[in-house]
Amino acid sequence: MTMKNRFKSFVPYGVIFVVLLFLPPVIPRFYTYILTSIFVTALLAMSLNVVVGHGGLFQFHHAAFYGVGAYTFALILTKTSLPIWVGFVAGPVAAAMAGLLVGWFCVRLTRLYFGMLQISLGSLIWAIAFRWYSLTGGDDGIHGVPVPDFVTSSTSAYYFILILLTICLVVMYLILRSPFGMTLQAIRDNPERCEAVGINVRRHQLLGIVIATFFAGVAGVLFVVLERSVFPDLLFWVLSLEIFIMCLLGGWFTFAGPILGAAITVSLRTFVGIYTEYWTLILGVMLILLIFFLPEGVMGFITEKFGARPERVYQER
Amino acid sequence: MGLSRAMILFIVTSGLSFVLGVLRVPNVAHGSLYMIGAFSAFSISKLFGGGPIGFWLALILSPFIVALVSLVSERLLFCHLYQREHLMLLLFTFALMLILGDLVKLTWGAEYRSIMAPDFFRGSVSIFGLSLPRYNLFLLVLGPLVAIGLWLFTNKTKIGKIARAAAVDMEMVGAVGINVSWVFAFAFVLGCFLAGLGGALVAPTVSITLGMDHDIIIEAFLIVTIGGLGNMWGAMVGSLIFGLTQSFGVLFWPQFAIVFPYTAVVIVLLWRPRGMLKSVW
Repeated sequence: MTMKNRFKSFVPYGVIFVVLLFLPPVIPRFYTYILTSIFVTALLAMSLNVVVGHGGLFQFHHAAFYGVGAYTFALILTKTSLPIWVGFVAGPVAAAMAGLLVGWFCVRLTRLYFGMLQISLGSLIWAIAFRWYSLTGGDDGIHGVPVPDFVTSSTSAYYFILILLTICLVVMYLILRSPFGMTLQAIRDNPERCEAVGINVRRHQLLGIVIATFFAGVAGVLFVVLERSVFPDLLFWVLSLEIFIMCLLGGWFTFAGPILGAAITVSLRTFVGIYTEYWTLILGVMLILLIFFLPEGVMGFITEKFGARPERVYQER
Repeated sequence: MGLSRAMILFIVTSGLSFVLGVLRVPNVAHGSLYMIGAFSAFSISKLFGGGPIGFWLALILSPFIVALVSLVSERLLFCHLYQREHLMLLLFTFALMLILGDLVKLTWGAEYRSIMAPDFFRGSVSIFGLSLPRYNLFLLVLGPLVAIGLWLFTNKTKIGKIARAAAVDMEMVGAVGINVSWVFAFAFVLGCFLAGLGGALVAPTVSITLGMDHDIIIEAFLIVTIGGLGNMWGAMVGSLIFGLTQSFGVLFWPQFAIVFPYTAVVIVLLWRPRGMLKSVW
């Protein structure tokens, strides 16, 4: 792709970003909240896609790291008197440490076994958060986290989260386009050959997991900024599966697909949830329709239809 | 206590393992079918006045109801997807889980339900000086019976052998003129039948509620993995490990009881990454 083409492909994103910048004053506060919530979920789904779509790993319990980030941030704000920036740094770092630890075990295994080991390790983290009442508040979680003043209003939280999301997306994009990111994708497509040309497959996968879990931790911190509470459901495997679905739904071989998947899921939950409590039924039906008619995901469908070159085809090993 | 829990886990996971072995699909909706089994056991036993007849009928009929549900969803939707990527199949079963979960909510509502085991199962018997609730004893007998039945079925009957062959090499089975699609349908329905049976069996021992699908499915997956994917005896070993560590945890450190089985799973997977027994994969 030439420089000009590459620039062109950024234009839609730039337009969306500018539109989002001017939205809060003109739309009702409820929608501002929904959009912010979509941003947080989108960042989470994007971070998962670093290892799922681009790394080909069965990261089945990504929410555990999201929860670790959120809990660390909330605990530092409520239980200690450390300055706030420590919390902002510690959340993602703690998530990345957890990712390193879990990943260190997981990269020894492949595919489904990898996923299962991760589910059990992630469930361990969940069980601790769920049961350690004195620290984490158990199944009640922690509510009323005193977030700093500059994000207390819904509009300022919106801008704060939008800007952090944008920074994270740019960094993720650069990482995925870097030699490291390319190697990760090469490993996804053919691990044996990569091993043969002297790439340390496991170390690359582990680094991929650490990067992904770091951004999941950022998403966790942003969740607390938005909701001011944490609870064990953040680390429950159902959420992990849900974000996995978002990646597939949006199109996991595209860069921006997971954002779309997150947007679809969150808005479905919100707007269908207003009319009926059976929103998961609707989501299930939509998923089935999608599987039958748009196997490449919504974003994959869009890129295919509207000219852009299809991204690389996944090969089942 | 731990053993009888292990037996229920075994009945559920052997079904999951069977589906996984033949279809190569981790059926996320398995837990929902288990839940449907429990709820329909409740309805049937209520229909017959909650007496012993209702209980036995519930035990016999609800697995068939579950099997019917799974047959319908398989023939209507799932059977068109077998050529697709694995993750798509996983996604499908997830969608099925969402749909079935809400259908259960629509049908039975969100309240807690419970059914009583008949008088015959009340009280306990003492064996080797241990006092054991009768219902648990019943489960302890039934679990191995199901295991033997399943083993006889897959090893001694023609259709069972075909299913096992399809697990190993699906294309070859198709090449010798067997309708693979129906073999898959059959395996799926049988697996779901076992989920329903597990649900009906667990019904008298727990409160039947929404969300029980989420609890069981993750345990079932881990058990199948540590046992060896698709291996029925592996499911038995895995269930025993899981059930026993769970009750061990309840006994010694109740607050963190749920940590024990997960830790056991981690240890097993690190020690034997492919599961305890040979996997069909």
